[in-house]
Amino acid sequence: MPKLIVDDLTVDRGGRRVFAGLSFQLEAGHALVITGANGAGKSSLLRTLAGLVPPANGRMAFEGGDSDSTLAEHAHYFGHESAVKRALSVSSNLEFWRDFTRPVLPDGFAANAMAPMDILELLGIGHTADLPAAYLSAGQTRRLTLARLFVSPRPLWLMDEPTSALDAASEAQLIGLMNTHLKNGGMIVTATHTELTALSPVTALQLTAPAAGDHGGHGYDDDLEAFA
Amino acid sequence: MSGWISSLFRRELQLATRAGGSALVGVLFFLAVVTVIPFGVGPDLNLLGRIGPAILWIGALLATLLGLDRLFQADRDDGSLDLLLMAGRPLELVVLIKCLAHWVATGLPLVAAAPVLAIFLNLEPVAIGAVTLTLLAGTPALTFIGAIGASLTVTLRRGGLLLAVLVVPLAIPVLIFGVSAADAAVSDPVPFLTPFLILCALTLIAGVIGPIASAAALRFSAD
Repeated sequence: MPKLIVDDLTVDRGGRRVFAGLSFQLEAGHALVITGANGAGKSSLLRTLAGLVPPANGRMAFEGGDSDSTLAEHAHYFGHESAVKRALSVSSNLEFWRDFTRPVLPDGFAANAMAPMDILELLGIGHTADLPAAYLSAGQTRRLTLARLFVSPRPLWLMDEPTSALDAASEAQLIGLMNTHLKNGGMIVTATHTELTALSPVTALQLTAPAAGDHGGHGYDDDLEAFA
Repeated sequence: MSGWISSLFRRELQLATRAGGSALVGVLFFLAVVTVIPFGVGPDLNLLGRIGPAILWIGALLATLLGLDRLFQADRDDGSLDLLLMAGRPLELVVLIKCLAHWVATGLPLVAAAPVLAIFLNLEPVAIGAVTLTLLAGTPALTFIGAIGASLTVTLRRGGLLLAVLVVPLAIPVLIFGVSAADAAVSDPVPFLTPFLILCALTLIAGVIGPIASAAALRFSAD
């Protein structure tokens, strides 16, 4: 079974220690919800896992995955920025990411790549497929960004505030899609301010902002009831 | 298997030619630089004919620099750069494809405009052919070298000027051999082929070093 292993991870950004000595393991089909105040290092952790920030110390690995791919190549990063080109149409935006992102399907992960039109319809923006992406609202742009995760399957989703800019109905739909991803044997690491109670099975990880002069601390909470 | 290459190439080409792209701006800037020189130099047709190839080359260099700062910055601004780095494709190849698409969108129009602008500068037909040929062989090198500067300055908000300062010294060999090949075509005793082949070699070298150096710089810029 694929497994995400993070061992004694320390991250510095801009000469400042964000967090130190962070260790956790995530098994296939499980979600990890990272909570913490602004500046506690939630986004830094996700960007480190995505290979976009080099760790100062420690080890991260995706075990039981595709041996030709790095940890970052097992992951989809769903961050604050949309990666949507406003001059191109909605469908050509999505088709580019389908062609460009190499799908990674390790054993034990059973997702199928969806056709761009199907996922656009599913997310309720199928009617905008031929419009330039510049005409989309913030929530629609967010959904287009989300659609990218389905056209080229990868087991690990790194999601930074996934529900921002989404209305209540889309949020519920997103939670449903995330749960389906977990059922397929995928993994999710998500940072959030609000409590994502509806994911299951879920593990919680609380990051606390480092005190002045101190390096970052964190509390690791294995209790599934943490959000109940 | 190579579907992603054509997909990336088509996307870059579309972005460069649609609204907000820099394809046409480069040609207009080239036109502005070349037309303003005769007003500064004065109506000496012989002098213009003699320095014409150099003017066209400098104009092409400046016009190439103009569009280069957005080569990676546009992708960084909307978060695409993060995904390009994570996509599992060889980054050197990605940079090479982006450079080629950028050259087709911005460099090739300059080459196409050069014969027309050469008439403004009273160039002989042979010189017009020679300068167009040297621009065709040499402007890809400017794009490849510029890509290094573009990726080094990708994190800076207004990196365009710094990019020019970084890139111009590296582009000097290309300029020297481009202009001397164009000159050699008109003035008989010097052979055309010698500087022209060196120019071609410079383009090939830049085509290897540019993407490798640029990809290395991009990997460190992601923080």
